[in-house]
Amino acid sequence: MSLNDILRPMNLPAWIISLPLLAAVVAVVLPRTGRWVSIFIAIITPLVVFKLCIEILVHGALQMQVGGWQAPLGIQLYADGLSAAMLAMTAIVISCSTFYARSYFSAKAASPFFWPLWMFLWAALNALFLSGDIFNLYVTLELLGLSAVALVALSQTADALSAAMRYLLVSLTGSLSYLMGVALLYAANGTLSIKMLATVGPASPSLPAAFALMAAGLIMKSALFPMHFWLPPAHANAPAPVSAVLSALVVKASFYILVRLWLMIFEPFINPSTAQLIGMLGAFAVIWGSVQALLAKRLKLLVAYSTVAQIGYLFLFFPLSSTPQTAHTAWQGGLYFVFSHACAKAAIFLAAGTVIYAFGHDRINKLHGIVRRMPVSMFAFALAGVSLIGLPPSGGFIAKWLYLNAALASGQWWWSGLIILGGLLATAYIFRFFSRAFSYFPEVVEGRPVPKIMEWTALALALCAIFLGLTAPAVTELLNAGKPF
Amino acid sequence: MTFDNWLPLLTLLTSLLPGIVIFVLPEERVRWRTALNLGGSGLKLVLIGVMIWGVHHEHVYETRLPILPDIDLVLNADAMSVMMTALSGVLWFLTTLYAIAYLEKSSQSRSRFFGFFSLCVSSTIGIALAGNLMTFLMFYEMLTLSTYPLVVHSGTPESMRAGRIYIVYTFGGGAAFLIGVAWLKALVGSVAFTEGGMLAPYVDTYATQLRFIFLLMIAGLGVKAALVPLHGWLPKAMVAPAPVSALLHAVAVVKAGAFGIVRVVYDVYGIEFSAKLGLLQPLAAVAAFTIVYGSIRALFQDELKKRLAFSTVSQVSYIALGAAIVGPVATIGGVVHLVHQGLMKITLFFCAGNFAATLGVHHISQMNGVGRRMPWTMAAFTLGALGMIGVPPIAGFISKWYLATGALAAGQPWIIMILVTSSLLNAAYFLPILYRGWFQDAAETRSEKSSGGKLETHWMLLLPPLITALLALLAGLLANAPFSPLEWARLIATREYQP
Repeated sequence: MSLNDILRPMNLPAWIISLPLLAAVVAVVLPRTGRWVSIFIAIITPLVVFKLCIEILVHGALQMQVGGWQAPLGIQLYADGLSAAMLAMTAIVISCSTFYARSYFSAKAASPFFWPLWMFLWAALNALFLSGDIFNLYVTLELLGLSAVALVALSQTADALSAAMRYLLVSLTGSLSYLMGVALLYAANGTLSIKMLATVGPASPSLPAAFALMAAGLIMKSALFPMHFWLPPAHANAPAPVSAVLSALVVKASFYILVRLWLMIFEPFINPSTAQLIGMLGAFAVIWGSVQALLAKRLKLLVAYSTVAQIGYLFLFFPLSSTPQTAHTAWQGGLYFVFSHACAKAAIFLAAGTVIYAFGHDRINKLHGIVRRMPVSMFAFALAGVSLIGLPPSGGFIAKWLYLNAALASGQWWWSGLIILGGLLATAYIFRFFSRAFSYFPEVVEGRPVPKIMEWTALALALCAIFLGLTAPAVTELLNAGKPF
Repeated sequence: MTFDNWLPLLTLLTSLLPGIVIFVLPEERVRWRTALNLGGSGLKLVLIGVMIWGVHHEHVYETRLPILPDIDLVLNADAMSVMMTALSGVLWFLTTLYAIAYLEKSSQSRSRFFGFFSLCVSSTIGIALAGNLMTFLMFYEMLTLSTYPLVVHSGTPESMRAGRIYIVYTFGGGAAFLIGVAWLKALVGSVAFTEGGMLAPYVDTYATQLRFIFLLMIAGLGVKAALVPLHGWLPKAMVAPAPVSALLHAVAVVKAGAFGIVRVVYDVYGIEFSAKLGLLQPLAAVAAFTIVYGSIRALFQDELKKRLAFSTVSQVSYIALGAAIVGPVATIGGVVHLVHQGLMKITLFFCAGNFAATLGVHHISQMNGVGRRMPWTMAAFTLGALGMIGVPPIAGFISKWYLATGALAAGQPWIIMILVTSSLLNAAYFLPILYRGWFQDAAETRSEKSSGGKLETHWMLLLPPLITALLALLAGLLANAPFSPLEWARLIATREYQP
């Protein structure tokens, strides 16, 4: 078989799932080699994902039966532009974080469990984005949750363990709730495929209940206010690369499922005030998360609360998509938030991790003048901050612009006020840190030298967040490929 | 795509690319940094020269890159943008020279400084060339971001405080501006700059919304243009190093705001349409108040840079005032003041920097006899100050003359009172400085910081203010020569008023 045969379009989704899985297995069996295999896979997989993106851009959505079994019996993998974009985002973030993790852990005598779990998490994410039915989504969601919890516990401090425990409970409850929704849908319609569910005509009486259960579970897992309580301790206490991936990707997975289900199955049947209610929760999340970030004493806690705020923006998608003419703008804006936040937040967590690596702590009050000590990391922090605030030119700006347009065009001006307010609050918490970092103190802050790769991977991710602001036509073209909605 | 399509983008890149390279240069590579800075700004001057020639001959230069499916990033050279670009290009070149001498010997983090310095100028160029509100907004925010590290460059508590205040004001303004632009986009679907304005067809349907949008946009721009009561950040921001203050006050931040106001009034709303909506009277009132208020506050400052800062508050509002009076003559006066104020104010800040760097003089009360020690610098300062007062034949006189006749033509004689008051106040706060500098004896001997050999200070510190002072003088003396700022402002006015 030539390379071309192996990489036939039909096989690409399978490769994307199995490559990280393979690395995970190798890392379990041969811990020393596992690290290098993981790094190798972190180079290969993005290329495969890239090929898939091109394929979908050119030929539209892809469908693949695992083992040749047809739906509704077999497992069906499905990839459209939305999946491809999510996969690409995952590949970029995890790949950069993998290089970072190699340096971050090599000095610390890494736990033997890190690499297997890390690669397993990636496989679970990829499988989730390629799933075409709601039960597979449940399975992958569960796998994802478990590996994420285990990675948080790797820090092994008391704080991290209790955070991981809480995260585990929330994660299990969330997926259980989702599973009950799946059961209701299956009982009413006899199918699990999203495509088929989308075409099943009139609403069955259990549909609202199914939506409520699924949405509650997914909202819990996405840490939307007031279900965010588990997120800041978990994300702030995990090792830096883990924090990056949790904040950037894992919480987005459940949001992704909710967007798909909403636009394809539930939207016509659910009372519009539900969307407003979810939007309200999003608004509270933006304000509450930003205020907490403003008050945070530790850098990683600041960043974690900023995630709470940014998650709030994602959920504004529901009210903003309520009119037919703005639905398109709204979901593109929501997804743009997902992508730019993924790159920016991963960058900012990695930069914060570098600070901890160098100084052994991240108390903001004690970080005077570190712009001079680690300019590259701080530049990454600043660029990522630009995107989080939503200033041009950055992905965050495009996302905000699309949301503002949707809000004003659908006559819901109050959401535009919230978006602006959120931006100002984000400015406040980002610059609160910078006014420490820039200030000049004559005494030199002691710290150990930092491997260059850690600084540059953070910068690479931050640059991605900025470039997203310049490549919107291409990204939206990919999102629309295969007509997800 | 032809060369004409690339020219505006190239002009932008001549400062953007060197800036990015400078960031990664090691601190001790002074020569490389200097070469990049001067090479970039020299090349930019050449490109600007080409554009001036082309625009004069009705040539179109436009770069269009899609940033969203329905919005493009447009860099477009029209008469107005070319004027602002030329101003930025020339003053950037001189300020770079100045900054190299001012900072390269002593200060830390120079790569960072010059990197952001280049970004700052690139943003200004972007603002100047922006062909629609979206592009303008992008560079407007980029300007805020790239100037923050310059304002807080020294990292002292005072500068950090100034930086914080700067951030609060400018991002607040930026947010207001963003809502305005997004609202306008949602309402009329187009945000392009069009000579003569583009909103007139919507007068019946959206009059109230358009008034609100105008308010939001002018509030957003007024922060940078330092319209009272949004001016609070400007006097604080003068803690920045002298070259930064010079650039901030003459071309970059303050001018970006004023230029934006001009753009919104003329090229988005259209001057006649703005007048029809009743938007210009309030703008004129705010501008007039700012002119008088800034001058009065300047009277009571003893710190030289602070006095100059309040003087900027006052002088920049001449531009807004010009934009708020209907009629081509007033337009010429306002638009030409963009250039004139830039030339005069940068001279004054250069000189203030020279006094501080050479003699350690920061306060006006210490300035006795500096004219004898540094006659050239003091001469440049004198020209700038007299120009600000409006003494003919220096540039400032031309602006005031056109503003006054324009006000008369528009039937608003009260504006002449404002201009006269402002000139008197200008005289009251500038003439004492000149008197001290030239005619008072130095009370005590100063501890001099540095010496430039035979010259009174380093030649790269001395040359820029002399050139800008000379330019300010020539802009007034040769106001009727082809390609003078005044002639160019006339060209702009003709194009704005001819539908």
